[in-house]
Amino acid sequence: MTPAQTLPMAASDRWLIGLACVGVLLLATLPWLGSALIVDKLIYLFILVMFAVMWNLLAGYAGLVSVGQQAFIGLGGYALIRLVDAGFPPFPMILAAAVLTGVVAWALSWFVLRMKAGEFAIATWVIAETIRSIVMFDPIVQGETGTSLLALNAYDPDLRRMVLYLMALTMMVVMVWGTWVLLQRRIGAESQAIRDDEDAAASVGISTFQVKQRIYIIASVGCALAGALWLASAITFQPRTSFGVQWSVFMLFMVLVGGIGTFIGPILGALLFFALQEIFGDFGAWYLAGIGIVAILFALYLPRGLVGLWLDRGRDEPLSMRKRLGL
Amino acid sequence: MLDSLIQGILLGGYYSVLAAGLSLMFGVVRFINLAHGDMAVLGALGSLWLVQSAGVTVPLAIVLTLLGMAALGWLMQRFIFERALAGGFLIPILVTIGLGAALQNGMFAAFGSDTKSLGAHIGNLSWSSWELPGGIFVGQLPVYMFATAVLVLGALHLLLTRTAFGRAVRATSTDAEAASLCGVDPRKVHRWAAAIAVALAGLAGIFLAMRAQVTPFSGPMMLIFAFEAVVIGGIGSLRGTLIGGIVLGVVQSLGALISPQISILAGHLVFLAVLGWRLMQTTAADRGGWRTALAAVLNKPDLARRKV
Repeated sequence: MTPAQTLPMAASDRWLIGLACVGVLLLATLPWLGSALIVDKLIYLFILVMFAVMWNLLAGYAGLVSVGQQAFIGLGGYALIRLVDAGFPPFPMILAAAVLTGVVAWALSWFVLRMKAGEFAIATWVIAETIRSIVMFDPIVQGETGTSLLALNAYDPDLRRMVLYLMALTMMVVMVWGTWVLLQRRIGAESQAIRDDEDAAASVGISTFQVKQRIYIIASVGCALAGALWLASAITFQPRTSFGVQWSVFMLFMVLVGGIGTFIGPILGALLFFALQEIFGDFGAWYLAGIGIVAILFALYLPRGLVGLWLDRGRDEPLSMRKRLGL
Repeated sequence: MLDSLIQGILLGGYYSVLAAGLSLMFGVVRFINLAHGDMAVLGALGSLWLVQSAGVTVPLAIVLTLLGMAALGWLMQRFIFERALAGGFLIPILVTIGLGAALQNGMFAAFGSDTKSLGAHIGNLSWSSWELPGGIFVGQLPVYMFATAVLVLGALHLLLTRTAFGRAVRATSTDAEAASLCGVDPRKVHRWAAAIAVALAGLAGIFLAMRAQVTPFSGPMMLIFAFEAVVIGGIGSLRGTLIGGIVLGVVQSLGALISPQISILAGHLVFLAVLGWRLMQTTAADRGGWRTALAAVLNKPDLARRKV
């Protein structure tokens, strides 16, 4: 991968990145200061950011609108359960589980990436359901009942929380920063070209399948990492929850509300979604129905999300890939 | 075995009604409605509400539900889907996923999570059966449902092939712009097609409510079944949809012979196999067809020269 030529960054973007670095450093010191409850909630927030950033990479930058990324969230968790059951230490296995899931994503990519928009969306969903049905045959999982990551109980709860928090923070930073770097490389420009017009992209010599495959595998490994982390923090593995289509709804909501195909959008969306869940989560089903309605309204009337509002006021998109790549 | 086969074929009638609406939306409006299953559940719970809480008789409840669903389809197309379609391929997927989440959770909040069935309100129809020679029992309800399904799909076929409206629908689905030049208003056609599609979803929902238990969260699985039937049978033909529904029903009920969990999995696997087969065919066609590919492998160039 050769680096694409990039244009210089705007001063405001430099400020934003500097600010983000300071924020991450502050967050890294937080577990020594904050309460256990806040640390737990922040782990969930980091996981949401990872989901949003990964789904945006897939759908927003490569045009692969998947409704089946929960396959990899669930598989990441399932692989972790299996590896820990085989006697491996839990924390390093979170990474190993993601790598194993990446192999599955690689195998599936040959099949799913040959499909077009709507077909791709449903096929990925059916594949997630198929994988869930197969996983439920595993005696460890006990069908609908599920199982628990009991090995984690051997650790002191405070230590466990601290390790998970730092892991989640590190992985979130790696994913956000990695996406930033990736999108400025050749593959970033190529994937956006494919999203905008696949035939045109192929006609100028882009190996469209290869580019889509790389993005698909990266996004899937990211989801698997976040899924394994989520399992490690939630402890219980239930196939219906881990492989549930609600993850896709959440990802879609965060990315859409923040601003699909923008770099900062999904992060804003994840923050907003997290805040909404904290405020209205107690309303249960009505809250989730409201999330659906907000998603419809955004898709119909504000398809560029919150970042779109910013752009409508005549300002530049923060951390814009288009500007950076001179598109 | 024969018993399961017959049950599977009868189940296929239900699947084909469910799938026909999805197929119609996709074929005519070029719109994949990911909330199709949730609309079917809305029809099911709506008819249940009419019977249980409003005290309406079952036949009247069916008519009211179908009319209500048709109106809902028309309104959805008019106020939501039209706008979504104008926004490219991404927006319809996002909108209908959001709609699905809103419908599921809204119905859960409104009707509660306890599973419900119309079975208790249709007298002995839900369990009575006929005995065929050979000691095979066939439930009356599945037979009536299958007959209704064939009748409805047949009527729809006649509507699409023999009437002025059908001609407008076919013209619009082939080329909406050209159709509008010939005096057909594509938006009107789309609205009526959506009305029919959602009414079909409602009918499938009523079937579901009669033959099984319904929960507000049954929708996604119904969507998946509908899509499987459409893809197995081939998009764009009602006969294909009927065949696809029957194949799915047979595969599921044969799978159920082994274990209940295998039943649904078997349906998924057949769907993926058919999809994979189609993709391989397209790929092979891109590279010059099977014969060319085979000839290249066997190193026999004369094989490739024959016309397929």
